[in-house]
Parts: sequence; C-alpha cells; structure tokens
Amino acid sequence: MVERSDASSWVKSRAARWQDLEAEVNRAPARSRATPEEALRTLEAYRTLARDLASARELLPRSTATAALASAYSRLHVAVSRTPKFARSRWRTLFRDQIPAAARSVRSLALWIALLLALSALAGWWLISTYPELIGLIASEKMISGVEQGHVWTDQLLNVAPSSVLSAQIFSNNAVVSTGAFCAGLFFGLGTFYMISLNGLMLGGLLAFTHQYGLMHSLVRFILPHGPVELSVICLAGAAGTALGESLIRPSLPTRAQSLRACAERLGPLLVACILLLLGAGLLEGFVSPSSHYSIPVRLTIGLGYWMFMLLFLSGKLFTLASSASFAPRQSS
Amino acid sequence: MAAEELNIRGLTGVEMTLQVAGPGTRAYAFIIDWHIRLLVALAWLLLGWLVGLLGAAPKFMSHVFPLVFALPALLVYFFYHPVLEVLMHGRTPGKRMAGARIVTLEGATPGMGALLMRNLFRLIDSLPLLYLVGLICCMFTAQRVRIGDLAAGTVLVLDDQKAARSLGSLGRIAESSRLDPDSAALVQDLLERWTELEPERAQALARELLGRLDPGLDPNQLADFKPEALRSRLGALLG
Repeated sequence: MVERSDASSWVKSRAARWQDLEAEVNRAPARSRATPEEALRTLEAYRTLARDLASARELLPRSTATAALASAYSRLHVAVSRTPKFARSRWRTLFRDQIPAAARSVRSLALWIALLLALSALAGWWLISTYPELIGLIASEKMISGVEQGHVWTDQLLNVAPSSVLSAQIFSNNAVVSTGAFCAGLFFGLGTFYMISLNGLMLGGLLAFTHQYGLMHSLVRFILPHGPVELSVICLAGAAGTALGESLIRPSLPTRAQSLRACAERLGPLLVACILLLLGAGLLEGFVSPSSHYSIPVRLTIGLGYWMFMLLFLSGKLFTLASSASFAPRQSS
Repeated sequence: MAAEELNIRGLTGVEMTLQVAGPGTRAYAFIIDWHIRLLVALAWLLLGWLVGLLGAAPKFMSHVFPLVFALPALLVYFFYHPVLEVLMHGRTPGKRMAGARIVTLEGATPGMGALLMRNLFRLIDSLPLLYLVGLICCMFTAQRVRIGDLAAGTVLVLDDQKAARSLGSLGRIAESSRLDPDSAALVQDLLERWTELEPERAQALARELLGRLDPGLDPNQLADFKPEALRSRLGALLG
C-alpha cells in the first residue's frame, strides 16, 4: 500500500521537471524539422515522461496527475514516432523500386484480368451481333441514333467541349473506373471481376454495334492513341483489386485485417502509377484521339510508343536509365 | 455508450491509452468538412461565373477558361480530405473542431501513403449513399473504423489537449501548494469551471472544499463568505 504522503512528496519532487517539460510537449509535435539537439531533447523528455507515468500509475492511480502525464506522453509519442518527410529520395524509391515491385507482384494476375476483359469483350461482341436490340443497354439513345446516321459519337467530341475540359472529364472517369476496380476487390475480388467484365462487355458491344454500320474503323481509329495504355491500366488496377480480394480469402498474416492492410500498403504505389499513366492517357484522349489531323500510322505510333513508355515506367527501367545517364562519366575533350 | 480505448505500447514499453472516436464524432467532423469544401468550391465557381459574365477573362484563355474554373473547384471538393489530412498531420478543420485526429495503430501520425489509401476507400465507404457502408462498418468494428481505416491501418482518436496543457500547471500547483495532488486538482477544476456552474452550486462546493481542506476556518465565518472571497480562499490554497 502506497502512503499518501509518499505520493505527495513524489509529486512535489517532480513538479519543477514537469514545468520544464510542458514547453517541449507543446512544441515537439508541431515541429516540422528538428535539429539533432532538439530531437535528443524530445527523446529525453519522452523517456522522462514514460518513467514518471509508470511511477504515477503506481503511486497515484486514477489521478489528475496520471491523466496529465499520460496525455503528455502520448503527444510526445506522436513526435518521436513520426516518419521522415516525403523527401526527394523517397520519390526516387517510389518510382525506381516500389512501383516496379508492386507491378511485378501482380503480373500474372494482370494477365488473367486481361484475359477476362478480352473474353467479356468477345461476349459483348457476340451478344450485340446476335441480339442487336440489346445495344440500348450499353449505349445512349443519342449514340445509337448518331451511328444509325453514319457517324460515331467520338467524331463530334471536340464540338461538345474543348480538349482541355474533355481531357479532365476523361481522366476523372478513368481514374474512378480504375480506383473503383481496385477498391471493389474488397468484396473478395468479385467486385473487381464485375467491373472488368462490365467494361469488357461494353467495349465488345460497342465495337460490334459500330461494325454493323461499317463504322468500326472510326472507333478503332479513335481508340488507337490512348487505348493501349488505358486498357492496360484498367487491367493492372483490376489485378491489384483481385490481389486485395485474395488477401481476404487467403490471408498471408494471422488476421484478415492485417493481411488486407499489408496488401493495400504493397499495392498503393501501383495505384499512383496507374493514376499518372491515366493522366497521360486522358491528355491523349482529349487532344489527339478526337482530332482529324493525325493519320492512322501516327496514332498507332503514339499508342504503341506510350505503351512502351508504360512498360519502361512500370519495370523501373525508365528511372534506372535516367540515373545511369546522369551518373555516366563525362568525356574529356 | 462508453468510448472505446486503444491501448498502445510506447517505444519505452510504457503503455498509453487513446480514446477512440465513435460514429458521432466522425459524423460531426465530416459535416463541418463537407460544408467547408462545398462552400470553397462553390465560391470558386461563382468567381469564375462572374469573371465570364463580365468578360474579364483574356481572349487567349477562352479554350481553357472552363477548365481553369471547373478544375480547382473539383479538386477542392475531391482532394480536400487527402490533402489536408497530409498537411495537417492527420487532421482536417472539421476533425480539429470535433477534437479528433487520425493515428496509426501504433499511435503515430500516419504517412502520406496510408492517408491516401484511407481516402481512396471512400469510394466503398460512401456506398450506396450517405456513407452507409462506412457507418455500418464503424458500428460493428472494435475500434470504430470504416473500411478505409481498415485498409490503411488507421484509427480516429480523440485529442486530449486540456490534459496536456495541465501538465505545467499541475507542476506549478504541486510546487507551491500544501495540498495533496488530488485535492489540488479538485480545487483547480472548481476554479476553472466556476463561471460554467450555477452560482449556488459553485458556492456550495467551494464551502464544502474549504471546510475540508482549510481546518483553520470557522464554519460560521465560511457561511458568510461572498463568492469572490470563496474564490480567493480557494486560490490561496493552491499557493
């Protein structure tokens, strides 16, 4: 049994130190940068508070002093356990190591998702070829009447909105589809399968519909510059979503929550890559795809060129090449 | 419903306890944030509309003008949470007003990756409307977290700024007062809440405390004390 006088004398003996610590407790969590001296001072304060808190819990359980010490300790814990700022070196690590590692980890899944997309597209093609009246399920009235009059809806895009607005709209839409395909993986992967199949069905159905009116070449011509990367990114996001679902079905860690968290942390960088690639695809879709100035070979070159860029980007080679070029010894004259 | 607690072992091995914020605090913070972002986005759009109406936009901007005004408004609306949570170390103005902040399961401020992941899953949490999935998840998880928090490994906890501030005053009182720590805390608490309490209640409490803690005072004399005299006697006890 602890004597009350012991507790009082202990509090009195620590009072001056607590007054000193108050400034550090208030300052440290708000500090964005710390000098080594400041960091050491914070660590010392953290250790002191830990000792005092342990003593207070023993001498004065459920007291105001214990509550104040616990609160100060948790505030300093935030300062002490803060991760380093997202500096340039961390961006380099993200692009050179983390994104390629995440892309490699879902490579085989991405191929399966691409197969699912292709099969769904074939199913969509078959469905609309066999039952043309079903096109109303995947295309608007305006799109259907346009095609029936001999022009594809993509021909008129620039008359509807300027390229810049179009790019932003398209990017937003693609970003929502890709992140949606990833997040829907949470439903044990089924949500992702649904989204990929739906997109495949729509793509196949629209191609079949335009084919019936001899306009498929116009649609393919439109898709060529941005399509390869856009579809690949959707497959990658779908693969990431499937991996998320798998982490819940077959957890690799003791609990499903831990497994989900680890999977999301591992695949997060891949989503950053997907968003950046979609930004480029959105610009192409807004400025190049609807324009009549670009011939098919140019469109094909742009589309394949951007796709090759995507492969280099996802493999990390883009940054390895860039850093090796910057470190190459200069030729002396 | 009692607030849930998150027990975390600190780096020194000493445990700390954080109060987990429930669905009510979350909803309160969200409503404030939603109003702020909506008002800022609408204000920007209104400004764009006025500039367009007055013909003040330069001619060369005619192609990008709608984008210049539409995009920032959309960015404010959709990126309010992730950007502010990163910049304000796990807080937003709404969370600050609600007295809450986001922490990792280890009690630290989450990194940029975790905060972005947390916000990405708003897509699921907001389904089918009014954050119903997130709300249900919050109600049925031990740490009152939504799906975004589950995926990012984060928890919304209540801030206890007052207790942190009181460390210094606790030291000052302990140094100068002859009271034991608990009694000193009780007196200080009464003095801090003096204006919030009903006058009769505050005076009755003060008389009771002074009667116990200041044995030199005559009970008859104590009954005649005016409110100001009671406050100053209590202050004198703290030193």
